[in-house]
Amino acid sequence: MTPKRRQRLILVCLMLFGVGVAATIGLTVFKDNIALFRSPSDIAAGKVDAGTRFRIGGMVVEDSVQRRSDNLDIKFELTDRVNTVPVAYNGILPDLFAEGQGIVAMGQLNEEGVFVASEVLAKHDENYMPPEVAEALKKAGKMPGTSANFGASSLVQP
Amino acid sequence: MIPELGLYALILGFCTALLLGIVPLIGSFNGRSGWMAMARPAAMMQLFFVALSYACLTWTFIANDFSVLYTANTSNSGLPLVYKISGVWGGHEGSILLWVLILSVWVGAVAIFSANLPAVLLARVLSVLGLISVGFMMFVLLTSNPFERMFPIPADGASLNPLLQDPGMAIHPPMLYMGYVGFAVAFAFAVAALIEGKLDSATLRWMRPWTNIAWVFLTIGISLGSYWAYYELGWGGWWFWDPVENASFMPWLIGTALIHSLAASEKRGVFKAWTVLLAVLAFSLSLLGTFLVRSGILTSVHAFATDPARGQFVLLFLLIVIGGSLLLFAFRAGRLKGTSDYELVSREGALLLNNVLLVVACATVLLGTMYPLFLDVTAEIKLSIGVPWFNLTFVPLMLPIVFIVGVGSMLNWKRDKLEGRRNTFIVLLVASMITAALLGTQLYEFKITAVAAIALSVWVVATCIYGLVYRLRNKKNRLHAVMHTPAAFWGMTIAHIGVGVFTIGVALTSIYTQEDTVRMGPGVTHEIGPYTVGLASVEEVRGPNYLAMQGEFLISRDGKSVSTVQAQKRIYDVRRDLMTEAGIDAGLTRDIFIAMGESIDDNGAWAVRVQLKPFIRWIWVGTLIMALGGLMAALDGRYRMKKRKRESVAAKSSSSTTSAAVS
Repeated sequence: MTPKRRQRLILVCLMLFGVGVAATIGLTVFKDNIALFRSPSDIAAGKVDAGTRFRIGGMVVEDSVQRRSDNLDIKFELTDRVNTVPVAYNGILPDLFAEGQGIVAMGQLNEEGVFVASEVLAKHDENYMPPEVAEALKKAGKMPGTSANFGASSLVQP
Repeated sequence: MIPELGLYALILGFCTALLLGIVPLIGSFNGRSGWMAMARPAAMMQLFFVALSYACLTWTFIANDFSVLYTANTSNSGLPLVYKISGVWGGHEGSILLWVLILSVWVGAVAIFSANLPAVLLARVLSVLGLISVGFMMFVLLTSNPFERMFPIPADGASLNPLLQDPGMAIHPPMLYMGYVGFAVAFAFAVAALIEGKLDSATLRWMRPWTNIAWVFLTIGISLGSYWAYYELGWGGWWFWDPVENASFMPWLIGTALIHSLAASEKRGVFKAWTVLLAVLAFSLSLLGTFLVRSGILTSVHAFATDPARGQFVLLFLLIVIGGSLLLFAFRAGRLKGTSDYELVSREGALLLNNVLLVVACATVLLGTMYPLFLDVTAEIKLSIGVPWFNLTFVPLMLPIVFIVGVGSMLNWKRDKLEGRRNTFIVLLVASMITAALLGTQLYEFKITAVAAIALSVWVVATCIYGLVYRLRNKKNRLHAVMHTPAAFWGMTIAHIGVGVFTIGVALTSIYTQEDTVRMGPGVTHEIGPYTVGLASVEEVRGPNYLAMQGEFLISRDGKSVSTVQAQKRIYDVRRDLMTEAGIDAGLTRDIFIAMGESIDDNGAWAVRVQLKPFIRWIWVGTLIMALGGLMAALDGRYRMKKRKRESVAAKSSSSTTSAAVS
């Protein structure tokens, strides 16, 4: 083997090694970092174990938001218009959070069946429903007719 | 009348692009110089018609012509003028038209600044750009016509999303698009080279400044987006690994690799096929990014269902462009042989390592972005991939690049035994560590990760400066030598120093950020790090098109007042959207970021998010330094040599493959 060839071999080995390490890291941490999407009906059907992180979507039930007066604990209920899940959250809700609006939350169920949210997302304007929420409502057969302001979809994305 | 004129101009532009895409290309095959000569005037015509069309759409915004559906959906008579102008690209149709406009600007620029290119090459490059324009204009005309009228005419428009009513957001999309679309030029050169079956160093030399400029725009565009997200979204983060961000970041990663492999290809004639592949990939990812964001598949796979025509057009176009160019690559890349050899420890070796790491990093981002989409489409499983995954895979891939950035750029071409430099490197490494340890003690808390990050950054800056010193080592007249160092070398050094600055920003921000969510009423104070933040008052203020609750916060340290910042919670008049305007006390070593969450009770108590963000400015300063370096390199006079001189250089470099490393 000529020195030049040996160098090439080293180079190729180094590259393979690097790519291999990257792939290994990528795939091992992949499992722990994916979060499935679930609907309130999935939870009612017992498809989700306590302690697993997942995303949930639904509409915030009217008059269900309760705030503590001494800290930032918030409780509300989330529905797909068939089943309802209680949600607990500590922190600041996004600007577009409101009763009757569709939201998506990330978190896990506790032993009492309360969804403890670590993150609440409400990424929409009044005419737009997060896809996960639409999915949840559709699965439950409760998808309302889409309302549009001027006949065409006017979703504005930042 | 004006909207119809705009549509008419766009159709004329489409016809011109069609001519540009076909006639010069055919002419280049059968050697008809008259057909090829059509390329430049056609390119200018296309620019003229598209600019006219775009001006018409802007006019409907300024004149509040709400009989145009797009204008009615995106604008409003109460909108300030500047946001009417930027509102043109606030929605899907207008932003695609902006894309077409910017593409036409690039086409025009190539036509103007290419007087010295060989006629055949120029004809092919402009034709490829013309064909891309055809695709995009068809997309606008067939599926996203911004000039569509509506009846009855509404009294007023639905207004622009308040998130977009911001100076940063006003210039972010044009910058980003300048970058995206700029890679079309490198792509066109690559395709022309594949058709030709050869890629000489004169062509490569042509590609370099164009690619650099595109990269600079993309860098600035992404930074602006990140900065905007930081102060406008109210969360205080600067990067979220959001699919939309990833869509712009992937072309950047490949573009960065492309800039570096272009250098090796031009100077040493190596990696030619690889360079062409990168040029193809960079533009393909730009297309993918544009369409991911603009077709709506990212926010929802079901957006396809709401307007299947758009989604299908998108897929077809991507398939033709990416598939076609990769097919061409498969058939022709074999002809693009490397012309010289190199050893492992050499500048080529370092550039290769840089390229491999950047491409692998891009692949991980692509996987993380596309996998959820893929599963959603194929298996109807909805899932999301968390930020930690991206950090865990991406950061380890970037660390080696950062480590070799300074050393690699001062290696000799072909082979390097590091004569006389090995000891200096060791000294610099030790010195970097000691400096970092000393600086680490000055920070909020001594942390070994922070020290390591600072050491890495100091090392980058030190090796870059040493690279400059080493370059001047044998020069008799140092000052003269400094003055005559080419701009490209300065650009490279500055951009690499930017990497060091950026690294410090990213590391220290992520290690030392403190974030508290607290309940605050007037008179309440909160301690964060060494600072005390107190809410002085909350009052109602009126803006041009919104009403806001404004909190005034006093920031002090050790009893001494530091500054006063205002944070707002706005409600916009037309759309009734709520918006958080964070109050930020910016500083070189830290930002204090205050965002009003929501009103909790009637006594003026608010949920407030208070954050201490050390060194966060360094992130954007670092990227701006990188962009500045890229710009300097692009403006190097050596890329703009007179025709005769270039030809002689081209002849020389193609005849002798062992030409000495110049820069």
